[in-house]
Amino acid sequence: MYTYPGIETEETQDIILPAAPHIQIKDLNVHIEGKHILKNINLDIPNNSVTSIIGPSGCGKTTLLKTLNRLMDDSKNVAVSGSVLVNGEDIYAKDAEVTHIRKKMGLLSQRPFPLPMSIFDNIAYGPRIHGERNKKVLAEIVETQLKNVGLWDEVKDRLDSSATGLSIGQQQRLCLARGLAVQPEIILGDESTSALDPISTQTIENLLIELKKDYTIVLVTHILRQARRVSDYILFVYNGEIVEFGKTEDVLLYPKNEITQQYVKGFIS
Amino acid sequence: MSHVNRRLRKEKIAKILMQLSGISITASLFLIVGIILYKGLPYLSWEMISQTPQGGFYIGKSGGILNAILGSLYLASISTALASIIGIPIAIYLNMYVKNGSFFARSVKLLFDVLFGIPSIVYGAIAFSIMIWLGIRASLLGGVITITLLTIPIVVRTIDELLKTIPVDLKNVTVSLGATRWETAKILLRYIKPGIFTALLLAFGRAIGDVAGVLLTTGFSDNLPKYIDEPAATLPLAIFFQLSSPIPEVQGRAYASALVLTFIILFIVICTHILASKQKKHKI
Repeated sequence: MYTYPGIETEETQDIILPAAPHIQIKDLNVHIEGKHILKNINLDIPNNSVTSIIGPSGCGKTTLLKTLNRLMDDSKNVAVSGSVLVNGEDIYAKDAEVTHIRKKMGLLSQRPFPLPMSIFDNIAYGPRIHGERNKKVLAEIVETQLKNVGLWDEVKDRLDSSATGLSIGQQQRLCLARGLAVQPEIILGDESTSALDPISTQTIENLLIELKKDYTIVLVTHILRQARRVSDYILFVYNGEIVEFGKTEDVLLYPKNEITQQYVKGFIS
Repeated sequence: MSHVNRRLRKEKIAKILMQLSGISITASLFLIVGIILYKGLPYLSWEMISQTPQGGFYIGKSGGILNAILGSLYLASISTALASIIGIPIAIYLNMYVKNGSFFARSVKLLFDVLFGIPSIVYGAIAFSIMIWLGIRASLLGGVITITLLTIPIVVRTIDELLKTIPVDLKNVTVSLGATRWETAKILLRYIKPGIFTALLLAFGRAIGDVAGVLLTTGFSDNLPKYIDEPAATLPLAIFFQLSSPIPEVQGRAYASALVLTFIILFIVICTHILASKQKKHKI
C-alpha cells in the first residue's frame, strides 16, 4: 500500500478529546465491487463539535459518512470490515440492531427529500414509527423542532399542507427538523447545502453551528470555505485514506502533509 | 460548412421519420375507433346493454349482452384486485428485502419477464389442467384464477420498474430515521401511487380484453353471473361468437359489443388519470 511521506497514524490521533467519543472508527476497510474504497480508517470523532470530511471527488468521503449509519448495507457488492463504535457499541457487530443505530443519527442529504405528506406529518413521522401516539406530545415535538430550525413562524399556519410546497431551503430545514425529532445524538450531513442558494446555505450553516452544543456533527463537503466557516475539526481524505486530521485552522492554514497543502491551495480538487 | 449541413439534414430526416410514425399510429387508432363506431353504433341500443340474450339472440332476435358486460367487469376487477394483492408485495420484496442484484432477485425478475411474454392461451391451458385436478368446472372462478395468473407479472414488473426509479437518497430518508424496511416500503408506495394506478390499469386492460385465457376456463353463459362457480360470459367471447355469425344483424351487434368494451376501457382510463393526477401534488 502506498503511504504518504511524513504521515504516521500517531499524528492523526494526537488530539486529546474531552470525553469518550460518540464515534470511534477502528481499522475500517470498505470494498465496493472489489475496489478498495476506504483503507484502514482509524479515527475518533470529537463530541459536540462539527467535523468536516473534505477531499477530492471519489476519495471516499461520502462512503465514510454512510458507513457510520450503515447506509451502505443495501448497496451492491459492499464488504465492510473493522468496527465503528457508537457510544462504545459496535454497529457492525453481528447482533447489532440497525434501526436502533440509525435512529441515533440524523442524516441530512444533498437534496431535501420531504416525505409525501403534510409538514406536520413529516416531523411527526419519526416519533410515530418509534411508538409515540399521543397527539399532544406529537404537536409539541413538531413545534419544538420547527422552532429549532427557525421554520415555525414561516409554516405555523399551514402545517397541514403538503411539504413539497415549501421552497428548497425551507424543505432542507424541514428535513433537519424531521431528523432531530427522533432525538439523535449525531447529525450526519452529506453536502447538505449543495442544492441550496447562498442565503439558505447560510441559514443551514448557522443552524449546524448552533446545534453542535447538543449534537456531534459530521459533514461531508467539497467547499473548503464552508468547512472553514462551520467546522471545528477537519478530516482530509485522499484515495480512501486519512491524510490529515486536526483542528480546522491547523489543517487549513498549516497543513503538515504535502497533499493536504496542495488540496488546500487548490492544486488538486 | 457542408458538415454542418449534413448534420442538419440528418436532424430533419430523423424528425420527419418520427412525425410519420406518430401520424400513422394515430391514424390507425382513429381508423379502428372509426370502424367500430361506424359498424357498431347503429346497433347499439339500451336493450343491448340492459338485457341478457333472449331465445334466438344469436340468430338476430331480441336481447342484449348484459351477461357479458357484467361477466367481464367482475372477471377483470376481481383478477386485477387479486393480482395487485399478490403482485405488489412481490415487487416490494424483490426491491427492498432481497439484496439488490443478487442471483435470486435477478432470476425471479427474469422469470417474471418470461411469464409476462407467455401467451394467454398457455395460461388458459395450465389453469384448465389445474381446474380439472381440483375438480373445478369452467366458471367465473376458473377465469379469475387464469386472469390473475396472467396479470400478476404485469403488476410485478411495472411496480418493480417504478420502485427502481426512486432515488436512493429518498429511501435513505426513512431508513435513517430508524424505519424498518416495511415502514420504508409504505412511504415509497405513496410516492409511486400515480404509477400504481397505471400498473393496475394495464393489468385491467389485459384482463378485460383477454379471449384465449377465458375460452377454456370461464365458459359462456346467457345468464347473469350470479355465482362464482358457474360459467360466465365475457365481452371478448361475446364479440367472437357474434362475429362468427353469418347474419348481418348479429355481426353488427358484435361491433356494438366492441364499442361497449372500448367505452369501458375509456372510462377506466379516464378514472385512472383523474386518480393519478390528484396524487401529483406530492411529487418530488
